[in-house]
Amino acid sequence: MKKIKTPLDGKQITKLKAGNTVLLTGIIYTARDQAHKRLVRAINQKKKLPLDLKGQVFYYCGPTITPKGEPIGSCGPTTSSRMDIFSPAILRIGLKAMIGKGRRSEEVIEACKRYEAVYFLTYAGCAALLSQYVMAKRLIAYGDLGPEAIYELKVRDFPLIVGIDSHGKDIYERRCR
Amino acid sequence: MRWMKSEQIKEIVARLCIEANIRLREDILKALNFAYNQEKNLRAKRILEAIIENAKVSREKNLAICQDTGFPTVYMDIGQKIKIEGDLKRAVNKGVELGYREGFLRNSIVSDPLKRNKPGWKPAIIHIDLVRGDKIKITVLPKGFGCENKTRLKMFNPTASQREIKDFILETVKIAGPDACPPYVVGIGIGGTADYACLLAKKALLKKIKNHPDTEGVGTKIKTTNQNSKIYKLEKELLSEINKLNIGPMGLGGRTSALAVNIETYPTHIAGLPIAVNLSCHALRMATRVL
Ligand code: SF4
Repeated sequence: MKKIKTPLDGKQITKLKAGNTVLLTGIIYTARDQAHKRLVRAINQKKKLPLDLKGQVFYYCGPTITPKGEPIGSCGPTTSSRMDIFSPAILRIGLKAMIGKGRRSEEVIEACKRYEAVYFLTYAGCAALLSQYVMAKRLIAYGDLGPEAIYELKVRDFPLIVGIDSHGKDIYERRCR
Repeated sequence: MRWMKSEQIKEIVARLCIEANIRLREDILKALNFAYNQEKNLRAKRILEAIIENAKVSREKNLAICQDTGFPTVYMDIGQKIKIEGDLKRAVNKGVELGYREGFLRNSIVSDPLKRNKPGWKPAIIHIDLVRGDKIKITVLPKGFGCENKTRLKMFNPTASQREIKDFILETVKIAGPDACPPYVVGIGIGGTADYACLLAKKALLKKIKNHPDTEGVGTKIKTTNQNSKIYKLEKELLSEINKLNIGPMGLGGRTSALAVNIETYPTHIAGLPIAVNLSCHALRMATRVL
């Protein structure tokens, strides 16, 4: 079991191998379909982004409504492959890790290699359990998207499995391709 | 004639939305525990443990089992002797919104599928059936879209072999692979028309699944309640074939790729054989009440 802290740098990333179990502490940002679409549009139009992505981690997640007195509601991963068409552009400008569930495209694997980035899996369909590792939640951008907005989450020992490492090794290779 | 106020139905629907999203179905929980005990792959075991733990946390803390609280789908079997006061569909939609708001459940429904505006809670998908008697049965199935996206329909030739049909179903499970939160419950609709087969496939998910410890292998030990023995045999065979695919929990391998296969059938036309497959993730949530 490896422990890592955000922001992530190349040194931490290159040590991770597909299949490793990891506990992550620090800041991660939720982003899913519509947020990705907007970010990539902004990148293409050379507009300023609502957050600096260097060394950061995206979590493909749209949490439930936060219950009163809790830091966050249920917050498990959504299907990562829907983000495949956007991820290379976002990794290119410095994002270091993605958290989600399921397989990724060849292009994403290639981009992980090229930009020294990593794709993590987390317990799929275990949203109530995962909420227990989140200390705080704060809106960062695109509030009009509701659950699809970008939120900053402060997490402690968030459980992960390395799905694709920065050497291009994929945990699903052979198994499901 | 029995009178019922739509206001009362609104309240019940609200409670059912919360109950379904927070308390995992007993039969699913049993099947998960059973799979946990059978599983030999250590990582698969650890993931199953997390899934079972998740159901416990959600129950204790009143948190949604999954952040995707689904597209609320409401099935109503209404006795012909019941007269409902007020606008029934409106009451159901209001009930859904009330329950989802009170339960802190996610607003996942965009009113314009192309413009994709800010999501809300309504409308629900509502299926109404008229039945005999003076009772009303309401079932809420909040189906997540990770697995809904993997739904497939094929219009087979009436002369298709059972092998061809099985291969289509196995292929559907393989395409979903690790992406839609396995272990799955596989709902299959056979017969009817294109649209009706899809409805049957989803309705198959409403049926209870059962542990059945006297047969072989993890999948095959979970028996469905289908009375038709030919269909039961097909369910069993499919389940054991699916559990040989080595997809496993989170798609990381293991013998637990599906918890159950449920089939619903309906008469069909001489010229065709519609087969629909609706996969459910392990978070198969549902709540029912009879009034
Ligand atoms: S497929 Fe099911 S368990 Fe997985 S994220 Fe969607 S609703 Fe949740």
